[in-house]
Amino acid sequence: MPEHGNFMRDKAENPMEINAQGIYYKDLNDMIRKAVGNGEENFILRNVNGQRYIADGISKKISMEVYGVPGQDLGAFMKGPRVVVHGNAQDGVGNTMDVGKIVVEGMAGDVVGYGMRGGRIHIKGDAGYRVGIHMKAYQDKIPVIVIGGKAGDFLGEYMAGGVIILLGMFSQDAAKPIAGIFMGTGMHGGVIYVRGEVDPHQLGFGLIPKELDSEDQKNLKMYLKEYCDDLDIDLRKVLSVPFKKVVPFSHRPYGNMYAY
Amino acid sequence: MKSWQYQKDISGCGLSGIINKNGERVTGEGIICSIACQHDRGNGLGGGFAAYGIYPDFKDHYALHIMADNLDALHAAEGFLNQTVSVVHQEKIPTRPNKYITDPPILRRYFVEPVKEGDRICRWPGLSDDDYIVRVVMNVNRDIKGAYIFSSGKNMGAFKGVGFPEDIADFYRLDEYAGYIWTAHNRFPTNTPGWWGGAHPFTILDWSIVHNGEISSYGINKRYLEMFGYHCTLLTDTEVVAYLLDLIIRRHGLPVKLACKVFAPPFWQEIDQMDKESKRLFTAIRMVYGSGLLNGPFAILFAYNGGLVGLNDRVKLRPLVAAVKGDTVYMASEESAIRAICPDPEKVWAPKAGEPVIVTMNKGVSTTKKQPRISPACAGTW
Repeated sequence: MPEHGNFMRDKAENPMEINAQGIYYKDLNDMIRKAVGNGEENFILRNVNGQRYIADGISKKISMEVYGVPGQDLGAFMKGPRVVVHGNAQDGVGNTMDVGKIVVEGMAGDVVGYGMRGGRIHIKGDAGYRVGIHMKAYQDKIPVIVIGGKAGDFLGEYMAGGVIILLGMFSQDAAKPIAGIFMGTGMHGGVIYVRGEVDPHQLGFGLIPKELDSEDQKNLKMYLKEYCDDLDIDLRKVLSVPFKKVVPFSHRPYGNMYAY
Repeated sequence: MKSWQYQKDISGCGLSGIINKNGERVTGEGIICSIACQHDRGNGLGGGFAAYGIYPDFKDHYALHIMADNLDALHAAEGFLNQTVSVVHQEKIPTRPNKYITDPPILRRYFVEPVKEGDRICRWPGLSDDDYIVRVVMNVNRDIKGAYIFSSGKNMGAFKGVGFPEDIADFYRLDEYAGYIWTAHNRFPTNTPGWWGGAHPFTILDWSIVHNGEISSYGINKRYLEMFGYHCTLLTDTEVVAYLLDLIIRRHGLPVKLACKVFAPPFWQEIDQMDKESKRLFTAIRMVYGSGLLNGPFAILFAYNGGLVGLNDRVKLRPLVAAVKGDTVYMASEESAIRAICPDPEKVWAPKAGEPVIVTMNKGVSTTKKQPRISPACAGTW
């Protein structure tokens, strides 16, 4: 490669490829940050396996494709990037993320979108426990998590804002229920949409599944169109079954819990 | 031991386990690669391994691994062994220098059987061999200052100390052992000292356990175990699990699956939803074994000569991933730790909270006849 090869390359058109095999996570992330600082906008990471903190805190609108299994806290605190994982992701995807999008073509681990405050997380398959806990929204910043498979216990626990959509369509475990127990426990904002029925015993104390109104239908369709476009899924099929929603039953669900 | 280093910091800990159900033994490189992939889950204050099938030449004898602060402690322990067991072979545990492993204790191993009546004077006549060896271990660990038996099973062994697991493995030369089950631990001590005895795995007889989390019920579990002659001396919560396994499964005869329900029982609200028979069973389990319940966050892997088991607490406060390829089953804290040694598993899944993943050896397999296999190259680590 000529000395100025990197400089001559059209950064917008040709992605920067990194073979992450055997690279320690700090070195990998240093490499990415430096390249972002130099104006790189497109990345392809190959042979990723367990490297933590990828794309964390990056506040530019870069695009990144990840092949392999990225490590904990993928895209934490990020403010702008679009990250596509061609495989499974581990725990803590999109921890406290602000702006941007993470698409996972496989499964994701526990605590996806913890304290998420904006952006999108689109997961094709199953997700783990405590997805979307402590999500929040402010004015036009509405974080959205869509799970194509099934979810574990505590989905949307303590949710204060934002949207979680659970489809249950692309799970590797046909026998298991669409979600675990304690869904929406302590939620005081936001909404969880579930495709099909929700067994009330799966919900946190005081919650009941409700019908969608026209505003819900409009928003749901908008979020799902984007999801289906990202993952090449037939939107009509997703919408062919009615949804139920779970919303807070009060602004302060546990206001009297310790006041007896 | 001498080098207690008190440390309180954010929690992590990494686990990895491999079992070949067909009894095929592989060398240690694979498990080392897998746990090293999770390097940053630990902080260098504890690493350890358990390996099964490693002592085929002495497979019918209990392999006692001893760590001792000094020669006085070692001699006191040896004196006690000479009174209580017949030693057929003894040697230093082979080690090689590693610059990150400092100030190790004296490490020896003894292949033994209980002294039988009519031979020399049997210290505790009437006990089964297993119960006898448990008593030997408890007596040494409780009564001999500075000496600990940290492994006491047949055809298996624990290797542990203060350091990152990949360095501990190098120190103990684990690439030279071949086992059909391996477990590994990368420690990040939070509430108890990082010292040689406190590294995982914890063992008694052929039970070994590695653990990520905190057992808040330690006090209750410890007092319960004392009633049955188990004494906790290693200053770490996880120790109780090793003895609970021995008590509940070996001595009380509960199936492994039910023992897991002692540790992580269904919630009362779940029991309310059960049919009549299950309701009776789980109510009884919670009543009889309430003091065996493990409270607090945990992911554990425990092993014995016949299998490997993974278990989470009831609300999954620590991660655990499992995968299968052929006759080999993998479990680890992170999927990447599995893919580091098995890039293309047939199935990967996250076990449900409180539901054990129980992998037992295929029926009738021999673990001693086959030639050991060199572990495949380490693919995905740094």
